[in-house]
Amino acid sequence: MKCIIEGGNLSLRAASASRSAFASFLFAPLFFQRYEPGPPGARCKVLMKSFLGVFRSLPALDKSVERCLLLLRLRAGQLVLQLHCKHGVTRTHHLAFQECEQLQAVFDTQCCASRLRGPAQVLAEAVVHFPQTLAEVTLGAGAGGRIGLRSHLEEGSEPGKAMVTELWLAPDEFQEVAVVPGSRITFCLKEFRGLLSFAEASSLPLTIHYDEPGRPAIFTLDDPLMEAHLVLATLLDPESDSQPPPATNGISYPPAPSDDFTDGLESYMAALESSACEGEAGAPPSPTFSPRTPCPAESDRMEEEDGAVPGTPPHKKVRDGH
Amino acid sequence: MRFRAKIVDLACLNHFSRVINTIAKLAKTCTLRLTVNKLYFILSDRVANGGVSMWCELCQGNFFDEFQMEGVAADNNEIYLELMPDNLSRALKTAQSAKAVKIKLTNKYSPCLKVAVELPSLSRSSRIVTHDIPVKVIPRRLWSDFKEPSVPDFEVSIYLPLLKTMKSIVERMKNLSNCIVIEANLSGEMNLKIETDVVSVTTHFKDLGNPPWASEDECQSSARGRDLQSMAEARIDIKKLQQLLAGQQVNPTKALCNIISKRIVHFILLHEDVSLQYFIPALA
Repeated sequence: MKCIIEGGNLSLRAASASRSAFASFLFAPLFFQRYEPGPPGARCKVLMKSFLGVFRSLPALDKSVERCLLLLRLRAGQLVLQLHCKHGVTRTHHLAFQECEQLQAVFDTQCCASRLRGPAQVLAEAVVHFPQTLAEVTLGAGAGGRIGLRSHLEEGSEPGKAMVTELWLAPDEFQEVAVVPGSRITFCLKEFRGLLSFAEASSLPLTIHYDEPGRPAIFTLDDPLMEAHLVLATLLDPESDSQPPPATNGISYPPAPSDDFTDGLESYMAALESSACEGEAGAPPSPTFSPRTPCPAESDRMEEEDGAVPGTPPHKKVRDGH
Repeated sequence: MRFRAKIVDLACLNHFSRVINTIAKLAKTCTLRLTVNKLYFILSDRVANGGVSMWCELCQGNFFDEFQMEGVAADNNEIYLELMPDNLSRALKTAQSAKAVKIKLTNKYSPCLKVAVELPSLSRSSRIVTHDIPVKVIPRRLWSDFKEPSVPDFEVSIYLPLLKTMKSIVERMKNLSNCIVIEANLSGEMNLKIETDVVSVTTHFKDLGNPPWASEDECQSSARGRDLQSMAEARIDIKKLQQLLAGQQVNPTKALCNIISKRIVHFILLHEDVSLQYFIPALA
């Protein structure tokens, strides 16, 4: 997995190999002590493993590091991370970055029919009841505004073989429950757990925007200085109509491509090929700070610009490093 | 056929989870036998299990605040279920702060043990988590496969040293050999031995004490009149022993083993109301 760092506002983005999950963290300049924006469109792609390696063992870093400097050296093709520690010790990491493309998921939270907002702790405490080996979970709205989570059993798995776990949360555990009664979506638990552990540690409220099965679910965390988005593919509900749901998000679906990329968020992901960091200066950054909604027209424009192979809404289980 | 039970007391719940965790470490699938007063977890002697068998017995009254069961018939007031204890262990793992745990036998789509955990929440109502654990109901004609094993006619019965100590020794020996020799005599001495082409390691324990029951019990003829110094020994799969020592969470107040030379080693772990028996066959 790659991590993409982009100038302007500093943003970190990543997508899973199967493109079933996309995450973006956008930091306001005020998040930093000092922030000098790079040239427009400046970005780089570094290996997640080496990037994370620098920040391994956070408790130790918390004690020793006084300042951290991130420097994007476009000419040298390096991302420099400097940790200024106590006693005048400075640790410098030079991460070579790779040829880069813009990574952007096209989504619009305003077009989602259901919205659920609550403390991350509530959902974090809910997902611990599900086994670590479980791939997907179904979130649904029940009677009286109750929110349910239930194990999703793989297609073809014999009923009566696997343990099924179910949990209901009362609406008053959330700050806002504006969900379509009876609606439900199924998504990967692993990525959701990842976001929850971050959200719980920073005690930020989590908002889940979702629509019909097969449409992406968008999980957002809001903080004045930081905005996080996780976009997850959802499974098409085999029990409901097998037709793809109508496009309610301002995107029209081209016919299914002939290749194998039929799962994941292909149709929502516009991977704009742009050689290194030249050109494409005006590529629309999204998600934006405010106003929050990329208008449908903009979404369409990005789709055209993208030229990447669009896919169909996911209808299959996504195998993504589980 | 009906079964429902409820645990409210936290200490009972934790104790029960520890027993289930221990069983989950020892058996992938096992039989749960329910009677009016007792629960039994049984792993019967099958070649697929390497000939290992287990018998674990608990008094329901010491764990459950409510326990209602109605067997197959009035004259056979029992229920036999096959289940994966790991599922039960996972369901109880996140129930450590529960207000109540209810267990119920259901048959909605297929037979299940429904474990409903009531957890405290931030709102007025509590959170309810339910786990449907698939089970198979074992028909009456197969019940005879799950008879309580009789205490074998052993040559030596001896108290075990601290299981923690034994565990760390066995874990080290496991790196050197696949099988271990357990030998003991009636003078409270026990040795754990491994022998390979390049190395022999023996750990000696003494003053362990021999349980008195050998003399009380009529059937233990092999132990009577035996030379106090002579060792009875059995060579067993070291992994099976290590599994028992590493997996047990009952912290027994009494642990002992009975050795039948070259045939079987019978372990008994006792903790108040729980007894766990584990049989490891000797290797040829």
